[in-house]
Amino acid sequence: MAIEDSGEPIIRLFHVHKRYGAKKALSDLSFEISRNEFLFVSGPSGAGKTTLLKLLYLGATVSEGQIIIDGLNLSRIPRRRIPFLRRKFGIIFQDYKLIPQRSVQDNIAIVLEARGAPRKTIRKKVRSVLRTVGMEDKRRALPPSLSGGEQQRVAVARAIAGDPQIILADEPTGSLDAEAAEVIFELLREYHRRGATVLVATHDAALIRRTGGRVILLEGGELDVVTTIPRLPA
Amino acid sequence: MIRMVNRALKDMWANRFLNAITVVTVALSILIVGAFALFFVNASGLLSLWTKEIRIMAYLEPDMTPEAIRSLGKRMEGMPGVGDVRFVSRERALEQLREGMDEASALLDSLEENPLPNAYEIHMAEAFRNREKFELLATRIAGLEGVSEVEYGQEWLNRFIRIIDLFRLVGIAMGALFFLAAAFIVANTIRLVLYSRRDEIEIMRLMGGAEAFIRGPFYMQGLLQGALGGAAGMTMLFGGFRFVADKVAEGGGFLPVRFLPDEMILGIFIGSMVVGWMGSYVSLRQFLKA
Ligand SMILES: Nc1ncnc2c1ncn2[C@@H]1O[C@H](COP(=O)(O)OP(=O)(O)O)[C@@H](O)[C@H]1O
Ligand SMILES: [Mg+2]
Repeated sequence: MAIEDSGEPIIRLFHVHKRYGAKKALSDLSFEISRNEFLFVSGPSGAGKTTLLKLLYLGATVSEGQIIIDGLNLSRIPRRRIPFLRRKFGIIFQDYKLIPQRSVQDNIAIVLEARGAPRKTIRKKVRSVLRTVGMEDKRRALPPSLSGGEQQRVAVARAIAGDPQIILADEPTGSLDAEAAEVIFELLREYHRRGATVLVATHDAALIRRTGGRVILLEGGELDVVTTIPRLPA
Repeated sequence: MIRMVNRALKDMWANRFLNAITVVTVALSILIVGAFALFFVNASGLLSLWTKEIRIMAYLEPDMTPEAIRSLGKRMEGMPGVGDVRFVSRERALEQLREGMDEASALLDSLEENPLPNAYEIHMAEAFRNREKFELLATRIAGLEGVSEVEYGQEWLNRFIRIIDLFRLVGIAMGALFFLAAAFIVANTIRLVLYSRRDEIEIMRLMGGAEAFIRGPFYMQGLLQGALGGAAGMTMLFGGFRFVADKVAEGGGFLPVRFLPDEMILGIFIGSMVVGWMGSYVSLRQFLKA
């Protein structure tokens, strides 16, 4: 299926630098992401993929340069508006970031509670996203009792629970076998079809080829190349 | 709101040992504060009982016309704080003196003329029966034209009042100290809870949780600790009070004792909730600065 990028970019980076102390994690990144684009950020481990995603949801702040998301300049956003920025995102973290003391369903409910959704809506939505990732029967389980792949599916369910405009996925198939990875990717493609902008950080070239899309290739924190990979015919 | 209370209660249950210690500490602080308040309430009750008996004697200048005396009495009646004003003529005063002296009264017969002045005996209105107002009124009466001298109070009563004032001071200081201690304990507990929850707090922030949403349950927890501690402290105080009151009753009930008035109970209870809230506030300020 051909993906059409509609008009004005939803994310823009201007000469973004990120340093951790003396260590340069990202250098002079400038590019744009269109609304409803399916974009990959690729590159070897340590290239700066996770750091780039962090800058977008203000998990870290830029050392230099500007990031503009949906018209908001992240360097100028007042602290109390940060939660609103973050609610635009559904984030699948590389390390999942599930709360170990809370059940699967409570972990997902937090996203909706934070938005002040009514109880009934929350219950329904939590059920529905758990069904989508096939984890409905584990809804009362605590995350540490789940396998890596199961935790990843919960993380995906949580990321989509808030119907986000932008999905950020950091190695979302890292601990999944090929089949499970394909299920997750199909899900991301499904949300993309419904209008979300999807940003996937991965070093898995095979996965990129199966989906197709623009690829931002990082190398040692620098933009190496931007290419568009066509989707392989199934 | 209900969700917040639920989350707070769940948290407290999860850390029930720590919370129990906190609540007991708050309760003990409230007990001590309450005990001071109780002592104070009963001491002032006693005092107002005694002050009902005291009055200001205003001795009048000699050679005043009856009209001048009457108008002076009217002015006294019009002064704020004055309850009852009674005229005591010099003849009546001498009579009283005579009655008081019994056999020795014969001595008075040798007097050629009555040496006593006319006087007004002034009682305070109920609401004004405290020392400052009492002294103020006496001074103002002394300043009235036609009054040569005022006499009031008794030395022992003044001493008692001074002791109560001292107790009030100590009570307020101790109360403040114990409130602070309770707030400190709550702050410490909340800090430990925050520490054990730091990953969860971070995740909630990343999920777009507003600060109010994240902090709410912790404030609620402090508030609940304060409320529980306050309720427990007041219950212990009431238990102790019943015990003492029964003993007093057995002893013939010569002293009127009563428990704290409702508004004071409410005040202390609210105070203990404020303490809990403050404890949370301090910890949250410190811990969630970022
Ligand atoms: N919080 C941090 N403090 C210091 N260095 C960091 C931190 N996070 C990442 N880095 C460094 O920045 C570089 C990029 O890391 P990262 O973005 O995690 O790469 P990737 O996700 O592509 O593997 C690495 O060299 C890493 O060691
Ligand atoms: Mg990474």
